[in-house]
Amino acid sequence: MALSPIALELGSSPWSPSSTLSTILSQTLSRILLWDLPKDAAAHGSALDRHLLLNLWIALGLLVIAHLVLFAGLLLRRRASAPGPRRAWLLEYLPLTLLALLFAALTVRAERLWAVARYTGADPAALQVEVTGVQFAWYFRYPGQDAAFGRTDPRHVAPGEGNPLGIDPSDPRGKDDLLSSQLVLPANREVDLRLNAQDVIHGFFVPELRLKQNAVPGQTIHVHFTPTTPGTYAILCSQLCGMGHYRMQANLRVLPPTEFASWLAAKEKAAAQ
Amino acid sequence: MTPELNPEPSRATASDSVLRQPASWHRRYLFSTDHHVIGIQYLLLALVAVAIGTTLSLLMRLHLVWPDAVLPLHGPILPEDYLSLVTFHGTLMVFFVLTTAPQSGFGNLILPRQIGARHMAFPRLNAASFWISAVALATLLAATFAPSGGSISGWTAYPPLSAIASSGPGQALGMDLWLASIALFSVASTLSAINTIVTVLDCRCKGMSWERLPLTVWGWFTAALLSLIAFSVLLAALLLLFCDRHAGTSFFVPAGDLTNGVLHPAGNGSPLLWLHLFWFFGHPEVYIAILPGMGLTSMLLANFSRRRVYGYRVMILTTLLIGFLGILVWGHHMFVAGLNPFASTAFSISTMAIALPSTAKVLNWLALVWRSRPSYKTPLLFTLGFVSLFLTGGLTGPILAQPILDQYLHNTFFVIAHFHLIMAMAGVFGLFAATYYWFPILSGTRIRPGRLLSEPLGRLHFWGTLIGAYATFLPMHLTGLAGEPRHYAQLTAIPGQAGHLLAQTLPLQRHITYAAVFLALAQLPFFLNLLRSLRHGAIAPPNPWDATTLEWHPALQREPSAQASPSEETIVVYRAPCAYDSAPDQARFLPQWVSGTKAE
Amino acid sequence: MPATIHPIDSERRARHVDDLDHGDHGNGRRPPTDKRTGGGGDNDNWSDRPRGARGPGEKLKRYRLGVFFALAGDLMFFVAIVSAFFVSQASGRFDAYNNFVNQWLPTTIPPVLWLNTALLILSSVTAEIARRKMFHTFDAMEEWFGLGRPTSRRAMPWLAATVALGVAFLAGQWLAWYQLSLQHVFFRSNPSSHFFFLITGVHGVHLILGVAALITALAGLHYAKQVEDRQILVDCSVWYWHSMGLFWIFLFLLLAFFQ
Ligand code: HEA
Ligand code: HEA
Ligand code: CUA
Ligand SMILES: [Cu+2]
Repeated sequence: MALSPIALELGSSPWSPSSTLSTILSQTLSRILLWDLPKDAAAHGSALDRHLLLNLWIALGLLVIAHLVLFAGLLLRRRASAPGPRRAWLLEYLPLTLLALLFAALTVRAERLWAVARYTGADPAALQVEVTGVQFAWYFRYPGQDAAFGRTDPRHVAPGEGNPLGIDPSDPRGKDDLLSSQLVLPANREVDLRLNAQDVIHGFFVPELRLKQNAVPGQTIHVHFTPTTPGTYAILCSQLCGMGHYRMQANLRVLPPTEFASWLAAKEKAAAQ
Repeated sequence: MTPELNPEPSRATASDSVLRQPASWHRRYLFSTDHHVIGIQYLLLALVAVAIGTTLSLLMRLHLVWPDAVLPLHGPILPEDYLSLVTFHGTLMVFFVLTTAPQSGFGNLILPRQIGARHMAFPRLNAASFWISAVALATLLAATFAPSGGSISGWTAYPPLSAIASSGPGQALGMDLWLASIALFSVASTLSAINTIVTVLDCRCKGMSWERLPLTVWGWFTAALLSLIAFSVLLAALLLLFCDRHAGTSFFVPAGDLTNGVLHPAGNGSPLLWLHLFWFFGHPEVYIAILPGMGLTSMLLANFSRRRVYGYRVMILTTLLIGFLGILVWGHHMFVAGLNPFASTAFSISTMAIALPSTAKVLNWLALVWRSRPSYKTPLLFTLGFVSLFLTGGLTGPILAQPILDQYLHNTFFVIAHFHLIMAMAGVFGLFAATYYWFPILSGTRIRPGRLLSEPLGRLHFWGTLIGAYATFLPMHLTGLAGEPRHYAQLTAIPGQAGHLLAQTLPLQRHITYAAVFLALAQLPFFLNLLRSLRHGAIAPPNPWDATTLEWHPALQREPSAQASPSEETIVVYRAPCAYDSAPDQARFLPQWVSGTKAE
Repeated sequence: MPATIHPIDSERRARHVDDLDHGDHGNGRRPPTDKRTGGGGDNDNWSDRPRGARGPGEKLKRYRLGVFFALAGDLMFFVAIVSAFFVSQASGRFDAYNNFVNQWLPTTIPPVLWLNTALLILSSVTAEIARRKMFHTFDAMEEWFGLGRPTSRRAMPWLAATVALGVAFLAGQWLAWYQLSLQHVFFRSNPSSHFFFLITGVHGVHLILGVAALITALAGLHYAKQVEDRQILVDCSVWYWHSMGLFWIFLFLLLAFFQ
């Protein structure tokens, strides 16, 4: 209750401890029970979620067990002598080995998923899209008909003239490149993103795709994934990149293949004239 | 607070001409070379830092919930202000609180005593390192007065953001001062690490063999070894960054980098190089922050449950293992930063491996208190809190250590929750335990006997802080899982889907903020307790906790009540610490310094 | 309740023999050539003595330890820079034309560096001779008996020579920089030159500190009152000097052959 004055003077809705407390409790509980993950919209998402939830439950379980052991140890009648060396096995080495095995198992599972996600590149048929992070916006570039990106050069960068990426006018491959401020992808087709940054490190983060990868200047990083569920999702910047970091966001629109094709066509027509 | 030293030189505490204190007060208190005074100076430094750091954290919390609240003197908090708040909060807390207080503060105050030495190996160097740290803190605070504000690139200062002055407000002079401050701090820490190492190697009293070293000393020693390695590397990295900023080099800034119209023409610079160098320092750093607390936990649990430390050798071994493995895991901060995926796997495995010694420690502690019915003095309460918070925060470590999961959790509030529980809160609980436990030594002077902190206030402080800590940082896991990234100056009024995603977390955010305010208020009993007990606290008996370690050796007490004056007693150690006779009457125990088999 | 102490008699006696806390801070009344040090928690009876009185070797040992750990940290400092060297050397980028460019233009080191290296090695030799002189048993005894200062007298010229050679080395390094600048190779020129100037510069700063230490030692030979202190001053600055020489040899090989 010492807090309510602060709340009031800061002009929030008047706050009564009891009511919010109950709402908070109920919310927190519900959140804990379903762990509050955004819905997942990528092929690798469900496996990742299962592994994540497994981990969270295990952690929660260990947390509870550990505290139960702690409290039990504190409450039970005092045994004169500390546990002897024989029970050392029971109390220490046995649980330690079990936990070691547990952690090992989790690691193996995790590394499997990681290998699938990252060890290999995308297959050649994948849709090529280039993502460029700039303070404080994301730009998405499609290669167009020729399936090749025009070369970029910082000296040509001119956001004013609609060339924020500095696509070199003298490069024919760049002529048909499509620039977009939102990432539009077809459902169920693998996507090969090449991440760049123009100025500082940015973080390409799509919660619904369970995907995060930093975009590092002077370096092109590839990530590949397959969006499954159509919908509009948030693209955030997850790496501190300056004062506009918090508003460096864009939308990801996953469309059914047909709609995507028409969107692309429209885009190309627009670019033509 | 500061010790009164014996007027007649022949009985001065220190046995070295360097340490013979002249009468002038500034030689005695300000530029003293006495480890006791320096320890207290460090603790005061940490208190200043923690007070500021806490205030900043509260401002952050308030701003996150009420973005358009107006500060009395400052006006509205702009996004860059928020980022400066985060940066200075993190920098103050990591460097000037959790590296300074446990390692340098209590290290100086207690370590020499616990090994039966009367002073550190290099007293003048010791004073020098303190004053360098003090200058470092001043420099850091000065950065906030830079024309365009303090730096905004976080405590990890990733380039190019930190390397290019035009990359944002506060990245010009503010960043330079930040660099200068941390460079000074690195030098100071390296020097005091050397001092600590040599003190432990060379100044142990007779009979203090390695197996008889208290685990606290092992903690300080290992942390010092880590500091020596880590801070040297950080210093090199800072030098390179400075050259990039002012000498036109390109160590971290790649060619063709275009920031705010400033083109970086040429060079092989790689931002990842900084990440490697920084985290090679950064991870050992976080263990530097916790190792002393781990040692203290073992010792206090044993002390208050009147038992031997369970598996003493194992504890020493795990301490060293954590120290060693701590050097090999830095890549787990870079899983999604552009690291080679195979390297990620390697670092992931080494990180999982380092979780094991920590787990062994936790199990050890659980076994130690198993059916021990300890006496619930405040130091013990905070130690138990340490155990609880450490394992709560620690359990999310292995989750983050799996690259595939980290690619979702990296740089979300899940990470914030992880390290606030295990570093911030567990570390601070260690500090509190130490303060309550060693306050008699802290407050004892030649003219005034040491005093105890008040138990009721202590209990109040403990419960408030424990509840506040969990109430503040547990919900952060949830907002993190919901996808809330770090370093977001604002969660409202953000367009697009992102706006919806972030808005969902607001109710929980509000709760976190209230809890944070509560947590900060819960510190008031502590400060009240400090001030009150300095003069009016109960007078402490020579060995208030019936401890076995040497810092309670009568010859090292500063009270007149001590039987022997420091000069007249050669300290000899006869056994490992924690030889608590587990007979029901708790009075009977054997301190390290008592010969024979039974004390009366 | 606190257990009361029964100080062992041996300690009592030990204390009355020579207790540093009663004003004697010197070599523990033992010849400076005595190698036994005690301390460190081992149970030899030298540890019965109060701290600081465990034979002359003790203080020396402690300062050596200090210097060695400082050097260990310093080593990590250079290791970090050298690893950065290799990273930068290996890393290129894809330019606008999508071909891989690496701007690393190996800096051909000025020949004078060879001479400098020779000078530095030589200086380490003279330094070592000076150090040995300080510990020459017979002289040390004499000096300790108060019969003149033979060790200091004998070490002095060698120490001076070391300083001279050190200064010569630094001058040589400066010359190398000058020659490079004539070829328009500067700190900022290209990744390789970054490292050339950085490494030589950082090492140069370390050597300036080393020269300062040696000069302090020289002054110490005059002003330090006790044999032991004079020994410590020379010993520690010389060990520092050796390590800097060793570091340089590695750095030199790096710059000369691994560009
Ligand atoms: C020691 C470390 C420490 C501590 C104690 C804290 C304490 C707190 N931190 Fe901390 N925080 C960090 C280290 C710490 N933090 C770091 C490293 C970051 C990252 C920075 C970055 O990204 O660059 C961070 C970032 C961070 C964020 C994320 C900001 C963002 O990314 O958007 C938030 C948000 O809520 C936050 C909140 C808080 C709060 C509410 C507290 C409250 O707990 C405050 C209450 C304070 C106390 C309970 C401590 C009282 C202690 C004493 C009085 C001990 C004194 C005793 C002696 C000295 C003997 N912190
Ligand atoms: C004191 C500080 C401290 C400590 C000790 C730790 C401990 C650990 N940390 Fe933490 N960590 C930080 C401070 C700390 N960390 C900070 C400050 C950051 C963020 C830096 C930044 O980006 O600003 C961070 C970030 C961080 C990351 C990067 C996250 C990201 O940015 O994406 C990772 C990833 O692997 C990680 C892992 C671990 C692991 C595996 C441990 C392990 O050591 C944990 C070991 C402990 C346990 C495993 C618990 C043991 C108990 C049990 C197992 C109970 C079992 C008992 C019974 C069942 C009876 N940490
Ligand atoms: Cu871009 Cu944060
Ligand atoms: Cu880490």
